[in-house]
Amino acid sequence: MKKSLPALSLGVGLLAAAAGAFAQEAAPVAAVVVEAVVQTAAPVAAAAEEVAKLDAGDTAWMLTSTMLVILMVIPGLALFYGGLVRSKNMLSVLAQVFTIFSLITVLWAIYGFSLTFGGEGKFYGSFDKLFLAGITPDTLSATLATIPEYVFVAFQSTFAAITVALIVGAFAERMKFAAVMIFSVLWFTFSYIPMAHMVWGGGLLAADGALDFAGGTVVHINAAVAGLVGAYMVGKRIGFGKEALPPHSLTLTMVGASLLWVGWFGFNAGSAGAANGIAGLAFINTILATGAAAVAWIVTESLHKGKASMLGAASGAVAGLVTITPAAGFVGPMGSIVMGLIAGPLCLWGVSGLKRMLKVDDVCDVFGVHGVGGILGAILTGVFCAAGLGGVEPEGYNMAAQVWVQFKSVIVTIVWCGVASFICFKIADVLVGLRVPEDAEREGLDITTHGESAYNR
Amino acid sequence: MKMVSAIIKPFKLDEVREALSQLGVQGITVTEVKGFGRQKGHTELYRGAEYVVDFLPKVKLEAAVDGAVLEQVIEAIEGAARTGKIGDGKIFVYDLEQVVRIRTGETGKEAL
Repeated sequence: MKKSLPALSLGVGLLAAAAGAFAQEAAPVAAVVVEAVVQTAAPVAAAAEEVAKLDAGDTAWMLTSTMLVILMVIPGLALFYGGLVRSKNMLSVLAQVFTIFSLITVLWAIYGFSLTFGGEGKFYGSFDKLFLAGITPDTLSATLATIPEYVFVAFQSTFAAITVALIVGAFAERMKFAAVMIFSVLWFTFSYIPMAHMVWGGGLLAADGALDFAGGTVVHINAAVAGLVGAYMVGKRIGFGKEALPPHSLTLTMVGASLLWVGWFGFNAGSAGAANGIAGLAFINTILATGAAAVAWIVTESLHKGKASMLGAASGAVAGLVTITPAAGFVGPMGSIVMGLIAGPLCLWGVSGLKRMLKVDDVCDVFGVHGVGGILGAILTGVFCAAGLGGVEPEGYNMAAQVWVQFKSVIVTIVWCGVASFICFKIADVLVGLRVPEDAEREGLDITTHGESAYNR
Repeated sequence: MKMVSAIIKPFKLDEVREALSQLGVQGITVTEVKGFGRQKGHTELYRGAEYVVDFLPKVKLEAAVDGAVLEQVIEAIEGAARTGKIGDGKIFVYDLEQVVRIRTGETGKEAL
């Protein structure tokens, strides 16, 4: 690490200077809440009233973004995680991700949307839109006025689903399928929905001015903390620390990581809510931060361990993606490169040094990547959104104040999620028990839980 | 009759096979195995998790031969499989009690 630090600091310093030099005189935008749609149209005359109208470009883009995020989950995340576990547990990971996606999107439509976006309570919306009541194909979204409400519901359903699905990587290879499902429903209800409401639905954190473009807190820190709690509560795998438990298919992990990267354009650029300049900004940031982080990870890895690994490149890319998620529509391209360069080595530490310190068996490094990356991204969003660093500054911006607000939102997320996750896991434990019996774990979850074998010789 | 069982480095298989067929050995059975002797394994690193892998991939080659040609067979395998570096492998010789050709029912030396 000592060798890489001066080199990395120099590189980061140079790029920060570049970011400053390239700073645009960006007009301060009143972007308080995530997914703030930047009005690119000329300001309307005071007399005329602006009537919301469906925009075909925005709608087409949001539909596309939704599909991209779906691909991120199935098969992106499924394969990314699946390749990291042993072959006897491959199907269990695929089944958990697939089923969670199917289940959570349905629950989202039934009550999730209403409780998140259906009102302006501090922690929850309302039951006004239960079963999507009152919405027709022609209804325009209350949040994004140029697209149909159904499209917005669909787009948001994928966010809910992927957040829950992210968690399974932490406790893979030893948790009961029933426990996973029970936990998922409870956690979706008591952690995801309130968090999403507080940040995006007009609740507590939005009022504070916290910047979270596509879900650094709501999705990544939220899922990461849940994963960490789950990994602690279910306990380490048999043989952890003694036997070799290597990934069974890094090929599939790479396929999964690639699908995640490509799909993430829907996740970040789609969070602009429209086909406009901010979407373009989020899009390009999603390329740059990711590439920078992947390279930074493997450079650090090779300086430290002597070899640059494929898994390192894939993990670095995901780390960059996570870090840029809250910042995608707020920071400039050069800023996103700097963020990526920091994310790579920091998340590498997250999956090695930090993981050892935490003494946790987090199989797919959910906390090391999504937790560390999410926290880093949330804080740095407050820094790099500065106009002086090429970002899109909110009105009345003050860096220290903004970073403090970002930090508070991180703490609130960690605390809320930590407590909620613990309770949800406990309930699942009491109802069905969390962990499979020892011989089931030894034989493999595919055979014992699902009655199937992934690979027939 | 003897059963000759040789553990060799995988890339040496073709050479050994050539050498044996030149001696008139008609058939062999090959299995992919893993093992170690004095040759060290390697380290694999997956994110923060480091594993030392002792086992190395090898090939096991078995041939049933007539006692008369045993010495030549051993010499042929040794010569073809040797690289001079650690991990070249070993040859084991077992006494073979009976051999049967399934298609014709022949037994003993005719079945070799």
